[in-house]
Amino acid sequence: MTEVSHKIDNQLLQRVNQIGKFIGNTPLFPLNHIFQKKGVSIYAKFEWQQLGGSVKARPAFNIIKQAITNGHLHKGKHLLDATSGNTGIAYATVGATLGIPVTIVIPENASEERKLILKSLGAELIYTSKFDATDGAQAKAKELFSERPDLYYYADQYANDANWQAHYHTTANEILSQTQGSVTHFVAGLGTTGTFVGTTRGLKELNPTIQAISLQPETALHGLEGWKDLETARIPKIYDPALADRNLHVTTGASYDLIKRVAKEEGLLLSPSAAANLSGAIQVANEIDKGTVVTVFADNAEKYGEVLKQLF
Amino acid sequence: MSKVIIPTPLRKFTNQEATVEAAGGTVLEAVNDLAGQYPALSKHLLDDGGNIRSFIRIFVGDEDIISLDKEATKIENDTVISIVPAIAGGSM
Repeated sequence: MTEVSHKIDNQLLQRVNQIGKFIGNTPLFPLNHIFQKKGVSIYAKFEWQQLGGSVKARPAFNIIKQAITNGHLHKGKHLLDATSGNTGIAYATVGATLGIPVTIVIPENASEERKLILKSLGAELIYTSKFDATDGAQAKAKELFSERPDLYYYADQYANDANWQAHYHTTANEILSQTQGSVTHFVAGLGTTGTFVGTTRGLKELNPTIQAISLQPETALHGLEGWKDLETARIPKIYDPALADRNLHVTTGASYDLIKRVAKEEGLLLSPSAAANLSGAIQVANEIDKGTVVTVFADNAEKYGEVLKQLF
Repeated sequence: MSKVIIPTPLRKFTNQEATVEAAGGTVLEAVNDLAGQYPALSKHLLDDGGNIRSFIRIFVGDEDIISLDKEATKIENDTVISIVPAIAGGSM
């Protein structure tokens, strides 16, 4: 991936810059009903309000942009990566608009909804065993790339610095500006760890007093899409354990209960991981007397019909 | 004894064994036996009430126990039980 394998396509780069206007700059929503305490506020970024429909639009776009800029990706190559869903959808969305074929390695037990969205966007799907979660999909993607480096650009979101840099350059600045500098705590779950690592690095550079709290599922097997229990999962190369001031655990049960409450009290249908982030933000907000706690709603419940069927 | 297929994330607790034999006449009994053999597995499989965590999907052969008798699904010698990691919204 270090060699420039093709002449940089300037027309493609022009299109990339057009698409960039539809990535990021998401609204910051005040959670005024679900949490009320004098002097303490919780806000969340509506990350589904961008091209590709989730927080993964930021890293997927930046990974593609950097690869095109460096000459590693062009219309003659397939973008290849392992993902349990949202990054794949973001790759497929950006890939479709740029005319770049996308190959996604995905565990076979991903929902039919997700598979259908990916197929509809033109992505090629390669399935891996339901027993191996996304770690198995990563191993398969690596194997495919080693067999056909001429065919694939392996994006490797778990090790690609363009993942966390997307948040470092955009999410952190947006949060600081949207809170008029009042943010005191940033809370986010760990999956690829790109959101937490990049946003925290950016925020702490802008204001070192901001506290960063990372969240993990309480158990190895859980229902929080995209999250990893770092004790049992393969630790992403981009993860920096020194960044978090604290780490908290969130249960799937608490998150699913919160999906129901937030639907009634805030009028928002959240995804499991968005609700888990909110659960962590509420834990933090309950402990402080004054401050502004910010988290991200990675996506809404649109792609989780099967979870909603269980809950409502 | 039934054979329990351990998913990758839990193999850390079974000395990297991918398949473990477990005793019991039902799925719950087999899971309890498994947790007894490898105590560190217990919190990942069972909730505080001793029930199989609701976000874990278990298959007996090719059948999800949700469509059988859930935790009380009867098993026999050589039955293959699979513990499958959840993907939120996944069809498992």
